Amino acid sequence: MEKGKIETMRLEIESLSKNEEFARVVVAVFMSRLDPTLEEIDDVKTAVSEAVTNAVIHGYENGNGIIAVEAEAQEDGRILTVRIADRGTGIKDVKKAMEPMYTSDPSGERSGMGFSFMEAFMDEVEVESEPGKGTVVTMKKRIGG
Amino acid sequence: MDQNTFTYEAHGTTLVIHLPKELDHHNCRNLRYETDLLLSENYINRVVFDFSRTEFMDSSGIGVLLNRYKQMAGSGGRVTIYGAGKQILRILNIGGIPKFVSLFDTKEAALAG
Repeated sequence: MEKGKIETMRLEIESLSKNEEFARVVVAVFMSRLDPTLEEIDDVKTAVSEAVTNAVIHGYENGNGIIAVEAEAQEDGRILTVRIADRGTGIKDVKKAMEPMYTSDPSGERSGMGFSFMEAFMDEVEVESEPGKGTVVTMKKRIGG
Repeated sequence: MDQNTFTYEAHGTTLVIHLPKELDHHNCRNLRYETDLLLSENYINRVVFDFSRTEFMDSSGIGVLLNRYKQMAGSGGRVTIYGAGKQILRILNIGGIPKFVSLFDTKEAALAG
C-alpha cells in the first residue's frame, strides 16, 4: 500500500448462516494488504465470524435481512477497522449483552462468548444499537503491534 | 467426504465425533440433533471430539463443547478432545474449555483418558 493511504471495501450479504464463512474470508483477504501474520488473520476471522453470527441469529432472528460488512485498511500505523451492521431487532441493553456468558438464546447451544471473543481478538470493539433499528459493531486491530 | 459435516464413530460406549474443517454456527446447526439422537439410542458414557481436521473455530464451537459436557456430566460421563492445533488451542483456552474437558494429542490417548 502507498504511504498514508486509506483503502476501503464494502460488502452486502443476505442474513444466511452460510455467509458467516464468506464474510470472514473476504475480510481476511482484504486485510492481507496490511501484511498481517497468520495469527492476526485468524484473530480477525474469528471476530468477524462472531459479529456476523450475532447479526444472523439475534439481529434478524434467523430471518431475512441484509448485513453490511465494511473494512478499512490504514497504512499509517497499519490499522484495520471492520464494521458489521444490520438493520434488525437491535439490542435493548448493550452492556448486558456484552457480559461474558450472557446469552438470550434458550437452546443452550450458544456459549454467550461472542462479544468476549471479539474483545479478546481485536484491540477495540464498539457496539451501537437501537431496538427496532439495528446494530453496528465497529472493531479495530493494529497489525504488527 | 464433505469437509464441513460431522462424522461419528462408535467405540463401545464411547462416541467419537470427527469435527469439520470450519467449526462455526453454520456448520454446528445439525450437531445437536444428531448427537441427541445417537445419545438417546445408545449407551454412551464418553464423547471424544476429534479436532485434527479443524482449522477454524469460533465461540459457536465453544457452545457445542460446553453443551455436550453438560449432557455427559449429567449422566456421569466424560468428554475428551484430541488433535487440536495451535489456533484451535488458543480458542479452547479463551473459551475456558480445559477447565471441563481433558485435551490429548492422539486419538488413542483420548480414548484411554
